Amino acid sequence: MSEALTFKPAAQLSDMLGRGALSSVELTQAVIDRCDAVDDKVGAFLYRDSEAALAAAKDSDERRHRGEALGPLDGIPVGLKDVICLKGQPLTCASKILERFISPYDATVTSRLKAAGAVLYGKLNMDEFAMGSSTENSGFLKTANPWNLTCIPGGSSGGSAAAVAAGELPLTLGSDTGGSIRQPAALCGVVGMKPTYGLVSRYGLSAYASSLDQIGPFARTVEDVAMILEVIAGHDSRDSTSWKTDIPNYRVQLREGKDSWTIGIPKEYFGEGLDPEVREAVEKAILFYEGRGATLKEISLPHTDLAVSVYYIIATAECSSNLARYDGIRYTSRAENPADGVDLYRKTRGENFGPEVKRRVILGTYVLSSGYYDAYYLRAQKVRTLIRNDFMSEFDAGVDVVLTPTSPTPAFKLGERTDDPLKMYLADIYTICTNLAGLPGISMNCGFNSNGLPIGLQLIGKPFGEADLLKVAHQFDASHDFNEATPEL
Amino acid sequence: MAEAPSNIDIDYVAGLARIHLTPEEKETFSVQLGDILHYFDKLNHVDVSGIEPTAHAFPAYNIWQEDVAEPAFAPGEALLNAPEQRQNQVVVPKVVEDA
Amino acid sequence: MDYEPVIGLEVHVQLKTKTKMFTRVAYQYGEEPNTLTNPVIMGLPGTLPVLNKAAIEQTIRFGLLFGSEVPEISKWDRKNYFYPDNPKNYQLSQYDQPLCVGGSVEIELPGPSRNVMGEHKTIELTRAHLEEDVGKLTHFENDSLVDYNRAGTPLLEIVSEPVLRSPEECVAFLNALRVALSNAGISDCDMEKGQLRCDANVSVRPVGSDILNTRTEMKNLNSVAHVRDAVAYEIQRQTKVYQDGGRVVQETRRWNVDGGFTSSLRSKEHAHDYRYFPDPDLMPVKIPQETKDRLLGDLPELQFDMQRRFMEDYGLPYTLTSVLCPDLPLARFFEAAVAVYNKPRQIANYVANDLLRELAESGNEGEGGMPVSESPASPESIAGLVQLIDDGVISSQIAKAVFAEMFKTGKAPGDIVEAKGLKQSTDTGEIEGICREVIANNPKPVEQFKAGNEKAINALKGQVMKATRGKANPKMLDDLLRKLLGD
Repeated sequence: MSEALTFKPAAQLSDMLGRGALSSVELTQAVIDRCDAVDDKVGAFLYRDSEAALAAAKDSDERRHRGEALGPLDGIPVGLKDVICLKGQPLTCASKILERFISPYDATVTSRLKAAGAVLYGKLNMDEFAMGSSTENSGFLKTANPWNLTCIPGGSSGGSAAAVAAGELPLTLGSDTGGSIRQPAALCGVVGMKPTYGLVSRYGLSAYASSLDQIGPFARTVEDVAMILEVIAGHDSRDSTSWKTDIPNYRVQLREGKDSWTIGIPKEYFGEGLDPEVREAVEKAILFYEGRGATLKEISLPHTDLAVSVYYIIATAECSSNLARYDGIRYTSRAENPADGVDLYRKTRGENFGPEVKRRVILGTYVLSSGYYDAYYLRAQKVRTLIRNDFMSEFDAGVDVVLTPTSPTPAFKLGERTDDPLKMYLADIYTICTNLAGLPGISMNCGFNSNGLPIGLQLIGKPFGEADLLKVAHQFDASHDFNEATPEL
Repeated sequence: MAEAPSNIDIDYVAGLARIHLTPEEKETFSVQLGDILHYFDKLNHVDVSGIEPTAHAFPAYNIWQEDVAEPAFAPGEALLNAPEQRQNQVVVPKVVEDA
Repeated sequence: MDYEPVIGLEVHVQLKTKTKMFTRVAYQYGEEPNTLTNPVIMGLPGTLPVLNKAAIEQTIRFGLLFGSEVPEISKWDRKNYFYPDNPKNYQLSQYDQPLCVGGSVEIELPGPSRNVMGEHKTIELTRAHLEEDVGKLTHFENDSLVDYNRAGTPLLEIVSEPVLRSPEECVAFLNALRVALSNAGISDCDMEKGQLRCDANVSVRPVGSDILNTRTEMKNLNSVAHVRDAVAYEIQRQTKVYQDGGRVVQETRRWNVDGGFTSSLRSKEHAHDYRYFPDPDLMPVKIPQETKDRLLGDLPELQFDMQRRFMEDYGLPYTLTSVLCPDLPLARFFEAAVAVYNKPRQIANYVANDLLRELAESGNEGEGGMPVSESPASPESIAGLVQLIDDGVISSQIAKAVFAEMFKTGKAPGDIVEAKGLKQSTDTGEIEGICREVIANNPKPVEQFKAGNEKAINALKGQVMKATRGKANPKMLDDLLRKLLGD
């Protein structure tokens, strides 16, 4: 009974709560039981405070009883990637350097979820400081792909994706800098969305690459994504890059059908390196849209090949500066017996950062160091303009959304790529451009390969075009039952 | 533009980044970062003349706040996670004037 | 060979705002450690900066005040370096697109005496930009403590061209900045509170040469005297190095306050690699002309412009203008009084002498006297006082007492004179009687006067004044006495 419940989409759970067919305490207890039962295998969570969640659930039930329910999320458990601050709970960013850090404040998304009555439950595993594509870079534990426990769940928001896939939580938040929501969503067979840069406040999101980071949701259905996006999106005066725009009722708009979409298919995303089974599943999805009256347009995004370089220059440069605050002085772990002040920094950071974080911080420090700024960072920013222009000129020419595979391959084996960072970086090749261009992107399940691993379909929308993007995605999602499949654990 | 050198002075850069590296890490990283820098060379073949750099995904100006105070940390909150403190201040190894 | 110094100053001024530069937590001096902080100030994970509009406007006002160009677009950059007082280990600053470019500051060097105007020079500015301050380190025997209260307060960094030629010019430059910034309300420039700090770049070269030799930098000089002494020492040191055939090394040097010498801190080889790059968390600012026009309308006159105007329009001597003009509220008080009664010279004397003295002796302890804005005596009453003297209602002698009463009670001078019966007596009969009495009782000065000693009459006048409690009209008294003594 409780397993079936925790695999239900959030929208259904919300209806049940509204009808009185279910209480939030019952739902939360079911979630806790499910986590107790399977998380030893999945390893999605870094921290769970079941008592606090049950207390919040009780509050929700009492509100509802008084007729004061706060909206569709009231009473629904939501998990946070452990890069998002929740006051009074640990924030580790999956790094030993923050092993003992308790956040004294709430992220803006956290406050908004609380205000919507959501039951916040759990801090989810990830690659350390969101650097990675497999969650193997966590400083604390490995997360397994619920569809095959010997495979990676993707990353960096691997815990957030795996928790939804494993029926541990109906909704989670992750963060996406180069694909860190969409790629694990694809590899775990759930829906994951990166909103337009600036739609969701970054205040309280530990920064990896500030000009690329966005918070976004994971859910079992596109409708669920629309439901939580409405709550977390919107302008925040604490984030200067937060955009002033009205947030439509995404979930209601899903039902306003439109079949005359123009869908751009970029040829650069279907070339060498694309797994044949992934290609087949994505091509089926293209046929689906054609069958629904969409106009398909082959397009070219000629600078795609440069995206990985641009991304790793910009992201590492920004992270080298963003992570400087983790220094052993004010709130992090501190190395024992340093020789002097400088040694305290070096030892603290040397002992507590994992290899990928060190690699990226050093690379970023190098590209910004004296004499190299123009050759790397400035040049990368210019090529970033070209990549963005590729998309914008297609949108100007009538394309509504761009359709691509999310990841060139399904989930790979744990440990398979850890020795070759460059190969690991290339796993992000289909998701990176979206971040560089600041665009919204969504990934959903479009089938399984012969080994039973999920395959992700990515749709990319216009800036702040989330409403249309969700409509197009919903059309596919609501017509298929991939999202009803559940892994055996 | 000149080809960027594809080897890193790892000691200098790790020093700037304030990260202690073991000899093994230095060796591994030098090779890996060399490969990555080599991969970045493809950027050198793009004509970027006249192209404005993108520093922000969407340009906006004058995002500021009026000069009105909001609450500060309650006493103790600021040092909640401090590894070492005394007299409501953070204790650090003695430092020379260097900034 | 003779050498001349080439000096450039970088002045850090704490802007007068209620909250910090990149987050809205209040700042005051002297609070308990780490109480003026929040997640942003402590650099906690996930925190983001948001610009303080007032600090930006104050910086633009600085630029307009000194004729800097205020470019339409200005942006924010990160300066990366590790230090325990720097919470994020990068400082938000402005690298290549500062808020103010160019401009100049007029300075006055000391004249041959206090009463004589000194030479004026124009010191060009390179730029001025806005950044955040760091926290405060206190050093102990075995460790140091960090207080982040000051961290994140808005700092205006003003960079001069290397055109200063002596320690005295440095002092004059800093004084001109202090006067202008505090008069404009941009900063209080209180050096005791660290609101104005200075880095000095010094080199020397053969007189007449236009080369720029290797320079050294002295950082964090926190009083005008330290700047003067450190620069003077460094000029001497470098001159001697060259005279001895040596070479000056580019380096940062520390000014040892107690010993009175500079010593090497860090050489160029160990210079910082700050890895500046545009801050991705802050959007640029775009300043339209209307904003500049609005801010321009709100700027006070610069000290030396005002001095010239006071000398020309009011015929004031340099000495009086040099007291009034650096103190904008005092100068405004003066002008308000002159607007009521157009006797600038007399009014200026009252304001610059009597009023200033009373203010200095009043006010709360430890606050350096009462501000002129709180003076019980108003500009109108001082104008009225001068007019009473002019009209022959009171003597200037009596006026001193009336002024003291005005300052004490805030009453109008006319009311004081009336209430205390201080009007000059013009009753010839009464005064003539007193004069006769005085002449009869003081045979000795009478005899001396008659023998030709003119001064002896003053003793008699004094006696009459004493008897009339100062109310006798001096002119009438003189006439009367001479008449009676001539009889």
